[in-house]
Amino acid sequence: MFQKVVTSALIAGFGAGLIAALLQFAFVQPILLHAELFETGALTHFGNGQTQAHVATEIAADLTRDGLSVIFSALTYCGYALILMSLAALAQERGHAFSARTGLIWGICGFIAAQLAPSFGLAPELPGMSAGELEARQIWWYATVILTGAGIWMIAFGRNWTMWGIAIALLAAPHVIGAPSADVLTGPAPPELAAEFASRALTVGLVAWCCLGLFLGALWTNQDKAGAA
Amino acid sequence: MTTLVKSRVSTNVLSILAAAFIGIGIITVAGHVQAATLHDAAHDVRHATGFPCH
Repeated sequence: MFQKVVTSALIAGFGAGLIAALLQFAFVQPILLHAELFETGALTHFGNGQTQAHVATEIAADLTRDGLSVIFSALTYCGYALILMSLAALAQERGHAFSARTGLIWGICGFIAAQLAPSFGLAPELPGMSAGELEARQIWWYATVILTGAGIWMIAFGRNWTMWGIAIALLAAPHVIGAPSADVLTGPAPPELAAEFASRALTVGLVAWCCLGLFLGALWTNQDKAGAA
Repeated sequence: MTTLVKSRVSTNVLSILAAAFIGIGIITVAGHVQAATLHDAAHDVRHATGFPCH
């Protein structure tokens, strides 16, 4: 069982991580690099009359930096894949079959738990954005991911309103309590960049998680077939 | 027979939990640990994936 979970997770995670990295380079990285020019002071917003809207496309690719991004993207999605695959295997032990079709739903739910719900309180950060204390944000992030994951699990597998009621409370709790926020707003980057960055980071995340769920389901059922043959 | 089935199920659950534990470890290292080299290497992915950074 361990080997089956890990094999499916590593292959699917690596594939989804590569897709996420490619989408990141195409759509997210240019905004990030542009924002870094404001973070370092090379560009200023409202400072010198006008702010150029198309600078980042001229910045040359940094091979070491981008190579590390590929590695860490693959690593991150392998980590997520191990957790998602474990939960799906646990559900299958309890009689809920896991396949590519249900894998897609698992992937979307994983995206909601690990990216969408935390971003409701902590929007994907553009470099240079002001934010609350790091440690507090990390604790809130972990708590939100765990509570949202538990809430989604209870909605999916709960059988009565007591379970669903508890699920709604778990899903709402982190946002009712609220995420740690910055005391002062001094971010140097234009809000146009921050908004575009947040929506693109989330959309790339959704695509990567959908791929992750699909790959996991396909590999899982494939191993079943190989085992049965 | 019942014992056999029970022990097989609990071994399965244990191995599943072990895999999940490794996954949590990877997410912590790739997304959250603030050691300077690790932070710099994972910087762009952390921002793009929505982890709290800096």
